[in-house]
Amino acid sequence: MLKLWIDNQVVEVEEGTSVLEAARKLGIDIPTLCYLKDLNAPAACRVCLVQVEGRPTLDASCILPAQEGMRVHTNTSAVLAARKQMIELFLSDHPFECLTCERNLNCELQRLAKRYGIRDLTVAGSRNHFALDDLSPSVVREPDKCVRCRRCVAVCEYFQSVGIYRMVERSFKAIVGPAYNGSLMETPCIYCGQCITVCPTGALREQDSTAAVWEALQDPDLHVIVQTAPAIRASIGEEFGYPVGTLVTGQMVAALRRLGFDRVFDDCFGADVTVMEEAKELMERLESGGPFPQFTSCCPSWVRFCESFYPQFINNLSEVKSPQQIFGALAKTYYAQQAGINPENIFCVSVMPCVSKKYELLRPEMKASGFQDVDAELTTREFAQMLFQAGIDLKKLPEEEFDSPLGYASGAGVIFGATGGVMEAALRTVYEWVTGKELIDVEYHEVRALEYKDAEIEMGKHRLKVAVARGTGAARRLIEAVLKQQKEYHFVEVMACPAGCVGGGGQPIYIETNDWNEQVAHRSRRAEGLYQQDRLKKHRKSHENPAVIRLYEDFLGHPGSPLAHRLLHTGYNARRLYSPEPILTKAKT
Amino acid sequence: MTTETSILEGELQARLQPIVERYRGKRGAVIPVLQEIQGVLGYLPRKALIFVATELSIPLAEIYSVVSFYSQFSTVPVGRHRLEVCTGTACYVKGSHQLLEELGEKLNLEPGQVSPDGRLSLATTRCVGACSMAPVLKIGEELYGEFTADKIEQLLGSLARREEADRE
Amino acid sequence: MFSKRRSEEMAPVDTLWEELKHAHIASPAERWILLCGGLPCSSTSCCEVKKATQDELDKHRLSLEIKEIGCIGDCSEGPTIIVYPEGVIYRKLKPDLAREIIREHVKAGNIVERLLRGDPEPREELRRREKMPFYRRQSRLVLRNCEVVKPDIEDYMKHRGYSALAYVLSQMTPEQVIKQVKLSGLRGRGGGGFPTGLKWEHMLGSPGEEKYVICNGDEGDPGAFMDRNLLEGDPHSVLEGMIIAGYATGAGQGFIYVRAEYPLAVRRSMQAIEQARENNLLGEDILQTGFSFDVELRTGAGAFVCGEETALISSLQGSRGDPEPRPPFPVQSGLWNLPTLINNVETLANIPIILLCGADSFAKIGTAGSRGTKVFALAGKVRHTGLVEVPFGTTLREIIYKIGGGIPGDKTFKAAQTGGPSGGCLGEQHLDLPLDYDSLLDIGSMIGSGGLIIMDEDTCMVDIARYYLDFTQDESCGKCTPCRVGTKRLLEILTRITHGEGQEDDLERLEYWGRLIKNTALCGLGRSAANPVLSTLRYFKSEYVAHIRDHYCPAGVCERLNRPRINQEICRACGLCARICEAAAISGSKETGYRIDPALCTACQRCLEECPFEAITGGEKVHA
Ligand SMILES: Cc1cc2nc3c(=O)[nH]c(=O)nc-3n(C[C@H](O)[C@H](O)[C@H](O)COP(=O)(O)O)c2cc1C
Ligand code: SF4
Ligand code: SF4
Ligand code: SF4
Ligand code: SF4
Ligand code: SF4
Ligand code: SF4
Ligand code: SF4
Ligand code: SF4
Ligand code: FES
Ligand code: FES
Ligand code: FES
Repeated sequence: MLKLWIDNQVVEVEEGTSVLEAARKLGIDIPTLCYLKDLNAPAACRVCLVQVEGRPTLDASCILPAQEGMRVHTNTSAVLAARKQMIELFLSDHPFECLTCERNLNCELQRLAKRYGIRDLTVAGSRNHFALDDLSPSVVREPDKCVRCRRCVAVCEYFQSVGIYRMVERSFKAIVGPAYNGSLMETPCIYCGQCITVCPTGALREQDSTAAVWEALQDPDLHVIVQTAPAIRASIGEEFGYPVGTLVTGQMVAALRRLGFDRVFDDCFGADVTVMEEAKELMERLESGGPFPQFTSCCPSWVRFCESFYPQFINNLSEVKSPQQIFGALAKTYYAQQAGINPENIFCVSVMPCVSKKYELLRPEMKASGFQDVDAELTTREFAQMLFQAGIDLKKLPEEEFDSPLGYASGAGVIFGATGGVMEAALRTVYEWVTGKELIDVEYHEVRALEYKDAEIEMGKHRLKVAVARGTGAARRLIEAVLKQQKEYHFVEVMACPAGCVGGGGQPIYIETNDWNEQVAHRSRRAEGLYQQDRLKKHRKSHENPAVIRLYEDFLGHPGSPLAHRLLHTGYNARRLYSPEPILTKAKT
Repeated sequence: MTTETSILEGELQARLQPIVERYRGKRGAVIPVLQEIQGVLGYLPRKALIFVATELSIPLAEIYSVVSFYSQFSTVPVGRHRLEVCTGTACYVKGSHQLLEELGEKLNLEPGQVSPDGRLSLATTRCVGACSMAPVLKIGEELYGEFTADKIEQLLGSLARREEADRE
Repeated sequence: MFSKRRSEEMAPVDTLWEELKHAHIASPAERWILLCGGLPCSSTSCCEVKKATQDELDKHRLSLEIKEIGCIGDCSEGPTIIVYPEGVIYRKLKPDLAREIIREHVKAGNIVERLLRGDPEPREELRRREKMPFYRRQSRLVLRNCEVVKPDIEDYMKHRGYSALAYVLSQMTPEQVIKQVKLSGLRGRGGGGFPTGLKWEHMLGSPGEEKYVICNGDEGDPGAFMDRNLLEGDPHSVLEGMIIAGYATGAGQGFIYVRAEYPLAVRRSMQAIEQARENNLLGEDILQTGFSFDVELRTGAGAFVCGEETALISSLQGSRGDPEPRPPFPVQSGLWNLPTLINNVETLANIPIILLCGADSFAKIGTAGSRGTKVFALAGKVRHTGLVEVPFGTTLREIIYKIGGGIPGDKTFKAAQTGGPSGGCLGEQHLDLPLDYDSLLDIGSMIGSGGLIIMDEDTCMVDIARYYLDFTQDESCGKCTPCRVGTKRLLEILTRITHGEGQEDDLERLEYWGRLIKNTALCGLGRSAANPVLSTLRYFKSEYVAHIRDHYCPAGVCERLNRPRINQEICRACGLCARICEAAAISGSKETGYRIDPALCTACQRCLEECPFEAITGGEKVHA
């Protein structure tokens, strides 16, 4: 422990604590922009300046280690002026487009400008103009709004180990972006959208799908249905002021009806079907001896990661589609048949915590129904945006029920949204199928992991070695261990986002903390809501879901049937990492 | 396994493969690898960067961030003779910016450009350590001190003669 | 008063020199020819000269050795040969002239007066190297080998090379070595001036299973070339210093980081490393003392900021040269997060000298806070350019006028830039300032690496400030805000001033933002980027004011602010121009002569055309 004085107050902190964190302990809030504790501390923005007695210049407090006896001043006029000037320097190379910016009112730069009372720029000068990249199906980059904080670099490199971004060029024109400051389409970006969630400004955002959905909703000829992913019910409330993790399933359903959707279904139903098929696949592999490990495939970012970086493992990916795509394929076949609607006229929307699903639904294989199975995806943020536009206040809505037949889900389908959830859901089914016994304690806490966890699970004559990885960085470590034969698994769940889909790239952006672990903790609190709903469910195993049983009885036959194969299974391709020719990005107008 | 290796035509790959092999597994190898490749190709084409990225399992963005940072690296072809005018302080004080301008006019090239026949390119460099003969023109490893634009014809002549001799 | 003090302190230099030079001045029986083989010279037909010399020697059956050495610091006059034992220097040689020298001087014993070159000094002084003011007034310690010893290990060893290392390894503990270096008062020559012994001590005390020594040969200051010179001409001295540093601080691996713009320095250093390995001076169990140390060479790739130590480490690790915040300092956590000692080339070259001659003798040279000598790279508007090594405390006047021979072409001295883009400009008032680390910091400049650019009346100080800002902005790594954006804003202000679009409050703005950047940037590059602006603002404010208020560039450099001038030597004071000037910008009389008031002149050029004697020049209209 060491003792120092900050603004004449004494504070004790552990060795290695930064001055910024020490100040936080005293309730002194030093502004930051580039810093994201435990993920990113490049000392680049210089907004967190403080004066330490005896040091010749101001220091960035986010990386300055506290020292015994240090005397720090955080609010002298020189410090305040310097911080203000840093913000002015940023603004002098920034488009003033708050009114039309995605991050209006939720932007860290804007907040700083307000906090420091910037009224005018004392330095103005030329501005950079970079090309806008809106070519990828998921992520839009607008480098003109970038503050070079490098948070996206850090999350993509360290958490995902994909490494799309770097600082490129130098001097005034230095910018954070992909190689050649080119389009994401030239790269192996997995479209997880994690960079969006850490970006302090509007430099990164998702592709907008609200316009297409509004248009479909207005079209009298279309039957517009919606599926909502498990994670949405536990996060959309945040946008309306509910505490994080509050379950608002009923209001969410009501809100979607108010928006004009003809049917509101539960994607957790799709998840239950996924479990059926995937459990079946696992049993087959157990019988035929592999290949192991079987990797889950419901996260399109992970799938794309595997296809790009570990193509030798594509046969290990489960052939079963993700719940979104299973739902889409069933909606335009089974549901169309049941409801007597021409599938051509069905417009299938999904509401997901994910930006990668925008990419997944465009994959050319995803046309099992003979049409594009899912037509558009809205992120949680976009969903909230539509509700705001329509003037629908979630808080004031009654609770309503999902429509059937694709609207009832088991608890297993619901926990899909948390990491370990897919695994746990599958295990509940596999256990009973393998052992023929009833599973009493359905909660597999050993696979409820935030980062990386493995376990061995007794299953009759089998000892199932399973693992759960959160983030493709963890997945890479896992695969490398498998390649080096340090580890051996039967079944591995990978989710690209921290804490799983509840921490997805399309979820509400939380800028109240500059601590990465706290951000992840915030996201994982949403999972609590899901586990809570699981506990309340009558049916907690996918194969016990009556709607699922009916689906197989009436339509598919049995898990793994030829029809199930045609509609619900898919294949994968090795991918080239980088495109040899540049794909031009359109200059911003 | 990756499809990337085929990104290079056979001959090019034959030239670059040994370079990356020599550095495979070595720490801090990116810059020397790029320096050697530029030594072979004269510049760093996109395909070569992708080749290095995939061979050494380094993100392309990392490679490009390095390439775009150091002024030694060029992503576009340069002329067979690269005329570099020193714009270091000593040379600047002795009028190297005028020299640059005049050379540009005489050769009809802007700094950074290559002549259409690919023979000459004009560039600037920062101090080659021959400040006492400022202003300095550098071509390859040769330095020409106290250089003035009117000496250029003569110099080009001798370059041409040397090329001639090399061909024989 | 000052010079007296200095001459007392000079004595040890001479003793030191006596110590070291023993074989440097050959006995009359020993004759040899030195041929400068530095990069600048060797690229100006020095091969042909060498060949001609050798042919001629062979022809006359003379068996003199031709030593191809490093740079003698006089590159503008190359190729150069020096004929020993007399030490007569012949410059700007051509093959046939070299032949003549062999015939006339070496064979027949007559100095070829016709080929002695140099400016107005009496001929007598030109004959002998020791008599030339350029050399006579220097104290060449660090450069001692550069013009005498071949850059190979054999010749170096003949001149006591590696004896310091042998002594250290066999007789001293690391602590003792560090004590000597501390006692010597040596401070880092790379720019920061940090006490070397103290740095070594920190490094020794820093735990790490492996440690590294890096020799910083990035030499990014445009206008400095002492490190190039040392690596080309005396690479073994640097290597010896490095090995000693490794021994003293517990490091086992060294790196020499040389900029790629110095191909000859790269080759010579490589060769030195190989020769040292062959002689068991590098590698396992050096000289059977149980100490192991090896050195690898890496070339930089053209980025000024890579001279900054944390950026250099990033670069060695294979990335962009992005600086990292300090603390932790490299000696705590550097290359691959292990303790790393970084010293400049010249710093390391001082180490063998200190250990050979004793810290006491060394500490007697220079001033209280700055011990030893400093090599300056004298360039710009001065008659003799080249490397100049003098004790700290020598004045600018001594360097420019006594050693450098003054300003050429009857121009007057205006300013000297020390410390390159991180330093500042000194003006006339500083000519008698003893140069050392602290005196320069006091006046807002710094010794830096030792670049010394002399500027005369034809240099515009606003333009120079703009030039430096353009340089630092271009070299900014772009990581931190004040440097990436702030220096751009400063550059924009300076550019508009040189375009005549400056605003009254621009001076305040420059001052304010300059200080702000200094106070907030992440690394040394940003922290010193504004120095050239701040120092020119301080000492040459009137030039700024002329640009802003009168839209006039007094030095006639800023093209858009160029005004016609009357050349007083040609003007006959006829008064015609004054009468035709519509702007009433010309005034004067027969007695006083005529002058153009740049503030009133509209650069219409009529006077230029009308003056019957063509006494008016300049002022070409340049459109914005
Ligand atoms: C922008 C910048 C450029 C620098 N360039 C050099 C350089 O070219 N050579 C050098 O030796 N030191 C350079 N330095 C200083 C180094 O950071 C470091 O202090 C020095 O190499 C330490 O060696 P010394 O203690 O022997 O001087 C530079 C510093 C800065 C901030
Ligand atoms: S990024 Fe922030 S500051 Fe910039 S335009 Fe958008 S809301 Fe405004
Ligand atoms: S905050 Fe100001 S600028 Fe923005 S919309 Fe309101 S009035 Fe306009
Ligand atoms: S979407 Fe994911 S993979 Fe793509 S750049 Fe962002 S963080 Fe990296
Ligand atoms: S894109 Fe966003 S996260 Fe990335 S550096 Fe720019 S501002 Fe930061
Ligand atoms: S973890 Fe979930 S939210 Fe994240 S990319 Fe995968 S599917 Fe989308
Ligand atoms: S001061 Fe300049 S060079 Fe140094 S880190 Fe900041 S931007 Fe990079
Ligand atoms: S016209 Fe010419 S000569 Fe006459 S006063 Fe003017 S400058 Fe002098
Ligand atoms: S250029 Fe025109 S305005 Fe200027 S002094 Fe000559 S005549 Fe007068
Ligand atoms: S420098 Fe500390 S928050 Fe950016
Ligand atoms: S400034 Fe041109 S060679 Fe040094
Ligand atoms: S290289 Fe010959 S004198 Fe400098």
